[in-house]
Amino acid sequence: MPDYLPHTEEDIDEMLAFLGLASLDELFDVVPSALRIAGGLGLGTGIPEPDVLARARSRAERNGARADRLVCFAGAGAYDHEVPPVVQALAGRSEFVTAYTPYQPEVAQGGLQAVFEFQTMVSRLFGLPIANASLYDGASAVVEAVNLGVGATGRSGVLVSAGVHPHWRAVLATFAAGTGHRLVEVPLEDGQTRWDSVADEADIGAVVVGYPNYLGCLEDLAAVRSLCDGREALMAVVADPVAAAVLRSPGDWGADVAVGEGQAFGTALSFGGPYLGLFACSQAHVRRLPGRLVGETLDADGRLAYVTTLRAREQDIRREKATSNVCTNQTLMAVTAAVQLGWLGTSGLAEVATRCARATRYCREALTGLPGVGPLTGTTATFREFALRLPVPASTAVERLAEDGFLAGIALDQLVGEGGDGSADAEAARRGLLVAVTERRTATEIDLFVAALDKAVR
Amino acid sequence: MTDRSAPGGRAASAPLVGRDSEPTIFELSRRGRASWQLPTTGIPDTPLEDLVPDNHRRDAAVDVAEVSERDLVGHFTRLSHRQYSVDLGAYPLGSCTMKYNPKVCDAVAALPGLDSVHPGAPAALTQGWLATLVELEEALCEVSGMAAATLQPAAGAAGELTGLLLMRAFDAARGEQRRRVIIPDSAHGTNPASVTLGGYEVTTVKSDGRGCVDMDSLRDALDDDVAGMMLTNPNTLGLFEEDIVEIAAAVHGAGGLMYYDGANLNAILGVVRPGDMGFDIVHLNLHKTFATPHGGGGPGAGPVAVGPHLAEFLPGPRPVRLGDADGPSFGWATPARSIGRVHGWHGNALVLARALAYIEVHGGDGLLRVAERAVLNANWIRTRLHGTFDVPFDRPCMHEVVFSAAALHKRTGASAHDVAKGLIEEGFHPPTVAFPLIVDDALMVEPTETESYETLVALADALERVAARAEGGRLSESPRTTPVRRVDEARAARTLIPTFDARR
Repeated sequence: MPDYLPHTEEDIDEMLAFLGLASLDELFDVVPSALRIAGGLGLGTGIPEPDVLARARSRAERNGARADRLVCFAGAGAYDHEVPPVVQALAGRSEFVTAYTPYQPEVAQGGLQAVFEFQTMVSRLFGLPIANASLYDGASAVVEAVNLGVGATGRSGVLVSAGVHPHWRAVLATFAAGTGHRLVEVPLEDGQTRWDSVADEADIGAVVVGYPNYLGCLEDLAAVRSLCDGREALMAVVADPVAAAVLRSPGDWGADVAVGEGQAFGTALSFGGPYLGLFACSQAHVRRLPGRLVGETLDADGRLAYVTTLRAREQDIRREKATSNVCTNQTLMAVTAAVQLGWLGTSGLAEVATRCARATRYCREALTGLPGVGPLTGTTATFREFALRLPVPASTAVERLAEDGFLAGIALDQLVGEGGDGSADAEAARRGLLVAVTERRTATEIDLFVAALDKAVR
Repeated sequence: MTDRSAPGGRAASAPLVGRDSEPTIFELSRRGRASWQLPTTGIPDTPLEDLVPDNHRRDAAVDVAEVSERDLVGHFTRLSHRQYSVDLGAYPLGSCTMKYNPKVCDAVAALPGLDSVHPGAPAALTQGWLATLVELEEALCEVSGMAAATLQPAAGAAGELTGLLLMRAFDAARGEQRRRVIIPDSAHGTNPASVTLGGYEVTTVKSDGRGCVDMDSLRDALDDDVAGMMLTNPNTLGLFEEDIVEIAAAVHGAGGLMYYDGANLNAILGVVRPGDMGFDIVHLNLHKTFATPHGGGGPGAGPVAVGPHLAEFLPGPRPVRLGDADGPSFGWATPARSIGRVHGWHGNALVLARALAYIEVHGGDGLLRVAERAVLNANWIRTRLHGTFDVPFDRPCMHEVVFSAAALHKRTGASAHDVAKGLIEEGFHPPTVAFPLIVDDALMVEPTETESYETLVALADALERVAARAEGGRLSESPRTTPVRRVDEARAARTLIPTFDARR
């Protein structure tokens, strides 16, 4: 059967003869024979492309939670936003898709310029002058923000609001085992971080807060800034980039570092990846920046050109003294985000954020009006996500609503199971449902959803 | 016509028709233009002032850019024309395994039943994804000779750090706190950077005259403070570490673990498995070996597979088969002594789906053919260019070969860097230059298995012509055919302009 290898039998014979070898097998004479796989890998023989596609389709059929079948009210860092055909067409161009890291800038100006534009957009969105070429995801961006904060201050204590996404806090904890950072979780109360509960904590290098936090609540960042000022700690804001379109920017609040999950800008839900981590910081910390950074320069003829810069921070040059071990990032997703933001433009970006806020308000008011259903976070202002307290376990509600055609949200206990939410007791968490509403949701969908939830929790 | 923007419909930045710079999207922007269209929703138009409290609301909209859809398409299409890619031509970038990526894998990743699934949906509603992940994990364990794997790490470096944290957990569980990790001087830069982040100190061991780990140097470095050794095999010189059994025995003898950096796994698919060589922890670069497009620098995926003694420490939750005949076939489970999550969700799922498709379409027999052809191509190039460039470690290589342009450099003034720029004019993406660090003026060529004999001949001819041009001292002007000529990297660092707004 044909495959992707271009060699004819004749080619192979001629090439082997050139090498003075009698068989392909002799190419591996350096491998100790005792180690060689006898009888080949237990993976069966290759199957033709149409059969591979058929298999994949059949697996895909077993995913009930497809956004084209279940109306999506789930969020928690992964949102069902509008992605137009033009973004898919441009970001899917094989020149962007099948290139490698731009080590040779003369033949990589396209990707470099797209990333330069992406960096500019992230910088403007977060109100900070420096933005990198992306990191793996929101979680890895938080990890790198903390590493930067500890590195810049030389203090290993980190105050982490329990309002930061529970999975991301879990990732932070995993990597702290290696770096030795001392993470102090600061509990939430009614959707707000209780900073007063950690007043006695000393040796703090960074303070991490969500804006809005993972329950959708807007927190008082002025209080976080003064907390950081008092301790000379870095202020790291985990910002929702869609919310940032209408909220005061992290930079405006005085953040030293702003990070976020960029999936909302043109990347499909994708079962969680690949997404992209957004990372921006103040000028003071540019030399501690993790990951790639594209800068503008000139070529030999004095023409404008782009190149990855401040490379001396990076692992391939500084090795064990590098600011981060990141090599590959999520460039394709960054290019996608630049295209999506270009498509939205100034007015569209604000419109998406506003529509999210409107739809969320509409949905929240209707849901909290249902008997037995209440808001988990009282009257605190939320953006495009909110937590409900249900009269039944949230996972049960999600299960029932799937039968009616809705992905109702994320059961809080499922989310906080690993990270702990630092506040709500287990029973409360079990009945907590996190609901997200994007600009794609119609009034009709929301009305039907509300009616279905009403039925499901009775 | 005052204050006009740059014309979005002028193609002069495309190499096909011109030599101009492409304006940024910000220069194409004009107040009042827009492309976006959003669905009709019937949601009441509540003013933003009523939705977001005053003290949280920004004063002015974020100035992104304002372009028509036509100009947006023109801009990014022209940018794409200024970008080299595997689909365009050979990309013999050593250590990066820039093989052709079958389009069927992209088609799989684009299935709505895969790419529109929310990662937080319950297991009962994501059985197809769980099946995909479990089957991939099993295939990767078979390829690597390991017992269990995590698919969470988003890239090779993330896999390395995960592996080092597994090492820590293993040490802690046996009541030890070893401090050092051994790395050969030929290792990728990510290795030492990951070691530091894993809380260990790097101990570098030398390579011997054959380009492999120096056994005496290794034995000297080993003691009961060594948590393990990270090794790439074939190593970054493209050479198989023939003493691998002895190396593993020495490290194991000192109580350390063997970590396999999977960057070069392409060379040994179906030939030999890391597990059989004595490795305990293996990361696999799915974007290299299993042909996910690299996306200009990501996304990748760096799953980590381990031996049975380390499975209980793997990150969770893991996709698992369930024994229950009545219930769903797959679910999630967190290993007993898990180090915790290393990704916000389940890893780069669409990359993982592509890798499974790649493995299925190739099968065990096809993967062996991949390795054979990759090694054949590299050895053909090595032999053909022997004499044009020095081969510092002159013996049969695996999937890549490292030449040195040091003698050429000394004789003509043309460095490996210059050779790379000269090759661009010949219509090829250059090899990796200046790595590995232990070779002066390194030119690391990895043709990969998907380049034909004719392409190899053309590549070799081109490199010979470039070397001949170096003799004439005519490489410093190269490249002259690209959208920009040599870029001033020092200037970029000295006068940092990382955004359009920093431009003066």
